[in-house]
Amino acid sequence: MDRPKVVEYTKPHCVEDYPCGAFKAGHLVQDNAGWRVFRPIINQGKCIGCLRCFLVCPDGAIDKSGESLEIDYGFCKGCGVCAYECKVGAITMVREGDETDAGL
Amino acid sequence: MRPMPGCRIFVSGDEAVAEAVRLARPHVISAYPITPQTVVVEKISEFVEDGSLQAEYLHVESEHSAMSAALGAAAVGARTFTATSSQGLLYMAELLPYVSGARFPVVMMNANRTLATPWALLSDHRDSLSQIDSGWIQVYCEDAQEALDMIIQAYRIAEDPRVMAPIMVNLDGFLLTHTYEMVDLPGQEEVDGFLPPYRTENKMALDDPKTVCYAAMDEYMEFHMKQELDMRKAPAVIAEIDREFGERFGRTYHGMVEQYRCEDADVVLVTLGTVTGTARVVVDDMRKEGHRVGLAKLRFVRPFPRQEMMEIAGRVKAMGVVDKDLSIGYEGIVFTNVNSSVCDLASPPPRINFIGGLGGRNISKQHIRSMFNQLIEMAGGESRDRIQFVNVGCEHNG
Repeated sequence: MDRPKVVEYTKPHCVEDYPCGAFKAGHLVQDNAGWRVFRPIINQGKCIGCLRCFLVCPDGAIDKSGESLEIDYGFCKGCGVCAYECKVGAITMVREGDETDAGL
Repeated sequence: MRPMPGCRIFVSGDEAVAEAVRLARPHVISAYPITPQTVVVEKISEFVEDGSLQAEYLHVESEHSAMSAALGAAAVGARTFTATSSQGLLYMAELLPYVSGARFPVVMMNANRTLATPWALLSDHRDSLSQIDSGWIQVYCEDAQEALDMIIQAYRIAEDPRVMAPIMVNLDGFLLTHTYEMVDLPGQEEVDGFLPPYRTENKMALDDPKTVCYAAMDEYMEFHMKQELDMRKAPAVIAEIDREFGERFGRTYHGMVEQYRCEDADVVLVTLGTVTGTARVVVDDMRKEGHRVGLAKLRFVRPFPRQEMMEIAGRVKAMGVVDKDLSIGYEGIVFTNVNSSVCDLASPPPRINFIGGLGGRNISKQHIRSMFNQLIEMAGGESRDRIQFVNVGCEHNG
C-alpha cells in the first residue's frame, strides 16, 4: 500500500524544540481507527474487483495495489459504506472481536 | 499623485497608516470598511488601483472574512495587511487566536472605537483591550507620525524569527484617525533597507509540504508554551528594532514604555494612546509650577512591560492609571495589568484608577491636572478612592 505509513513519533525534548507554526506534512504518528465497532471483511471468493468500494470509501482505506483488494484496518472507521454499496455481497460487517462468525 | 519620498506631508492618522502600508509593500490586503478605519482601506485601494502599490486587494464581505483571507494569504508566506475597528474587531475575534497560534505575522490597524450598546462612534479602548488574550501584540499610538512609523516597525517585529506573532497597531478613532498633522514620509529605499522582503519556513509550499493550523490534541499545551516563551522575547526585539529605526530615520519611541519627565517624579500617570499628548502639556505646565509630576506612556499592552512598570512604581510616591475602558464588574483593564506588576513590589505606592473617555467623552487638560493633584495629595498621605470616574455628566455614587 502506498499511503503514508505510521512512523514512531518522539516528542521534542523541550518546549523550545517544538516547531514555530507549521511542521512537516505527511507524517502519520498514530493509527486512527480506535472507535470502530464493526469491521468490514472482504470475501475474496465473491469479489469481482469492480472497485466500487475503493471509490466510495471516505477514508481511502481500501488498497488496490495488490492482487486482491485489501482494507487498511489502521484507518478504516467501520462506517460500512463499502459493504452497503457492494453489488455482489462480497463485504460483510462483523462486530470487532467476533470474526469467527463472519460466515466466510 | 504620490508624494515625493523623504518629504513632509499633511495627513490624517488614517492616511499616515495607508502611506506606511504602501511603503511596507504587503502582497495581500484584505479588508472591510468600518468607521473610523474606512479612510485607511479606501486609500490603500486607490494605491493598488493606480499601481503605486503592487498587491492583491481583496474586497471581502465581512471582518470575519477579512481576517480569514489574511490568515490564508499568510499561510502561503505572503506579507499581509488588514484593518478594522470596534464591532468589526469583535466579529474578527474568532480568527485572532487562529492567526497568532499558527504564528503568522499579520499586521492589522485597529481604529479604537467603543462597543455597543449604546451604539456610538467615538473612541475608547474597549474594543482592542477586550482582545488582549488573543496572542496578538498590541501597540497604541499617540500621533500620526508614530502611527506611520509603527506600521513599518510592526512588520519587522511580527516577522522577526524570534517573535513570529501578529500585531495590532491601535489608533484612537477620530482623535488620531481623522486629525491632520505634518508627518515625515520616509523614502521607499530607506524603508526597503529597514524592512527586507518577508521570508519564512512557516508556510505551505508544494516542494516542501507542511501542515498549518493543525490539530494537536495531545500537545496543545506545549505549542502554546512555545508561543508564550517566544512572546517573552518580544520586548527585547521591540526595543532593538526601535533603536535601529532611530538610527535610520531619526525617530525612536523608547520601546515598550516611554517615560516622560519621570526621573525625579513624585507622582506618575500611566496613559495609553492620544490622551498622552494632552497629559504631556499638563506635565510641562505643572513642572513649571514646581510639581514633580511625570508620565509613563504605555505603548505595548501585550507583551506587558512588567519590569518597567515595577521600576517606575518603585521610584514614586503615588501612581495613577488612566483607563479609557472598563471591565464591567471590576475596574479598568490597564489598571488590572499595571497592578499585577506593581503589587509585587515590597512596598508599592498607592494607586488610583481614573476611568474616563468612555464612548469618546472628553478628557481635558483640567481633568488631567485634577488627576495629578489627587495623586500629589495621596503622595502626601491622604487617602483617595481607588477607582474614580472622570468627567461624568451628573451626580453619581461611583
